[in-house]
Amino acid sequence: MSRFKKKGEKETPEVSTASLPDIIFMLLFFFMVTTVMRETDLLVKINPTSAKEVQKLEKKDLVSFIYVGEPTKSKLGTNTRIQLNDAFATVDDIPEFIAQEREARDEADRKFLTTSLKVDKNTKMGIVSDIKQELRKVGAFKINYSVTEQRDEN
Amino acid sequence: MARKTPEFNASSMADIAFLLLIFFLVTTTMDVTTGINRKLPPPPDPSVKPPDIKDRNIMKILVSRSDRLMVNGKPTDLKYLKEDVIEFMTPHFPDNENFPEVKEETIDLLGTVYKSRGIISLKNDRGTSYDMYIQVQDKLAQAFTQLRNEFAQKRFGKNYKDLPEAQAKAVAKAIPVPVSEAEPEDIGGNN
Repeated sequence: MSRFKKKGEKETPEVSTASLPDIIFMLLFFFMVTTVMRETDLLVKINPTSAKEVQKLEKKDLVSFIYVGEPTKSKLGTNTRIQLNDAFATVDDIPEFIAQEREARDEADRKFLTTSLKVDKNTKMGIVSDIKQELRKVGAFKINYSVTEQRDEN
Repeated sequence: MARKTPEFNASSMADIAFLLLIFFLVTTTMDVTTGINRKLPPPPDPSVKPPDIKDRNIMKILVSRSDRLMVNGKPTDLKYLKEDVIEFMTPHFPDNENFPEVKEETIDLLGTVYKSRGIISLKNDRGTSYDMYIQVQDKLAQAFTQLRNEFAQKRFGKNYKDLPEAQAKAVAKAIPVPVSEAEPEDIGGNN
């Protein structure tokens, strides 16, 4: 009966940590695949509004963003400002911005370029209308109002 | 004597991987960009006169600068908008004076369908809040989704979203989304 008995004192075996890096790497790859690099630092506060009938924005590399909201730094006042790329801009800068965005894309992709408007919910429509007029003038007809998805309350 | 290759201590690998992980967590965003897709109309051509549309074919939605809603001149509430739009856009046959005209159209896969000539005109003030504007757009989108779903269920037994492309195109042709946004203007005085 004592044939299977081990000799020597019993010690609790140590947990092998060799697979721990693999687990962490898995997590790492998950995050690398599901996320995108933060491209711009937001200079404006954006509190997105929500809606029920939303679509996912596909092909993120074909989207250019226009941010509209109050500046995050309070010393810049509370007037609604437009942010293009990394700097504040005015409505007049939009044609140039769109031209740049087009220039950066392949010729074949240009017609799929979408402009996504990320606008704070308390913004007045006046500035948004101005942006839309400007986009119409330069022929950037595909737009996307960036909103979060609303869950059903009932 | 066989030499053993010395095992190296792998316990710090986890720390390195953690470091990388935290770096990616900080520098990336996971926001799923969702939104409402719309197509802007081309700039108005001054040489082309806007088409005359009969009054019964238009549903005028107006959002005031204090975020209040008017449909065809009557004040209303956001929660009634979806039903109103659905009622307005449902083709009424035989012809009913209170609803838009219907026309017959032959569409592939569907045969002859009755199509409403209704148009929804959306107008907002410069002072309208963006939130309210999106809510109205959302209600319109919901109404049209429901109309298309009902139609698709009746014809194909599936929701519009689940239809194959050709059928979805046919349904979209039978029930277009005729929302036209008016040229912006100040309607609520100074802001």
